[in-house]
Amino acid sequence: MPSAIPALPFYLLSAAIVIGAVMTLFSRNVVHAAFWLLEAMVAVSGLFLLLSAEFLALVQLLVYAGAVAVLTLFVIMLTLRRREDALRPLDTSLSAAGLALVFGIVTAVGAGGFSPIPVKMPAAAPGIAQFGGELFTRWALPFEVASVVLLIALVGAVWWSGEDEDR
Amino acid sequence: MNAVVGLREFLILSAVLFALGLYGAMSKKSAIMILMGIELMTNAINIALIAMSRFLTPGLMTGQFFAAFIMVVSTAEVGLGLALVLALYRRTRTVEVDRADRLRG
Repeated sequence: MPSAIPALPFYLLSAAIVIGAVMTLFSRNVVHAAFWLLEAMVAVSGLFLLLSAEFLALVQLLVYAGAVAVLTLFVIMLTLRRREDALRPLDTSLSAAGLALVFGIVTAVGAGGFSPIPVKMPAAAPGIAQFGGELFTRWALPFEVASVVLLIALVGAVWWSGEDEDR
Repeated sequence: MNAVVGLREFLILSAVLFALGLYGAMSKKSAIMILMGIELMTNAINIALIAMSRFLTPGLMTGQFFAAFIMVVSTAEVGLGLALVLALYRRTRTVEVDRADRLRG
């Protein structure tokens, strides 16, 4: 395990993430936006790999780059009647931009002043085996609650998007 | 390559990504685009959590578990959100949130 993170892969992945996010927000075609979001999610997965969180990188690829992206594309497909509907005006909002800018500056400055700021990290990081062991011992109760949450969300999603028109 | 990055760079990236997602979630009028903005914000939080966990207390992996559970909740939220978008589309034939004004007094 390395004890520091090399700058080159970090900045490449960061550029991919930020470009993906910006293009998601500023592409006029909704389908293009969904694919740019997919690109950003894959880059975030690479960042997790860089932080030696292999399991979460895998889950990120499966869930965000896989399931959520496909779900988003399906909903876009189901809610477009014509091909031209995918093109939409670029919604801009000055107040939202101002709020996001203030928030970003405040949090970035706060993160820059984070004290103490470690550059070196501990060389030893637990792997997937330890992650699984911890998950089913100390985090067993949250794990079960999470499965119930997912079940309820599944039933709720089927209920909401169900067919009957007269409800 | 001798240049290295520390926790600060990860936190700044997370802040930038969260601000971008915040802008998207607040400025967009299409419900699908709002959900995409929320997904960007969730990912920013996960980056911050996992970087903190790796740099400060890697042995405990607390940040990794929190990130995993955030992924669960965010997946449930996206699934329900997209189901709501479909329900909205079936009633109003549009995904613009401005048109969902039946409760307006």
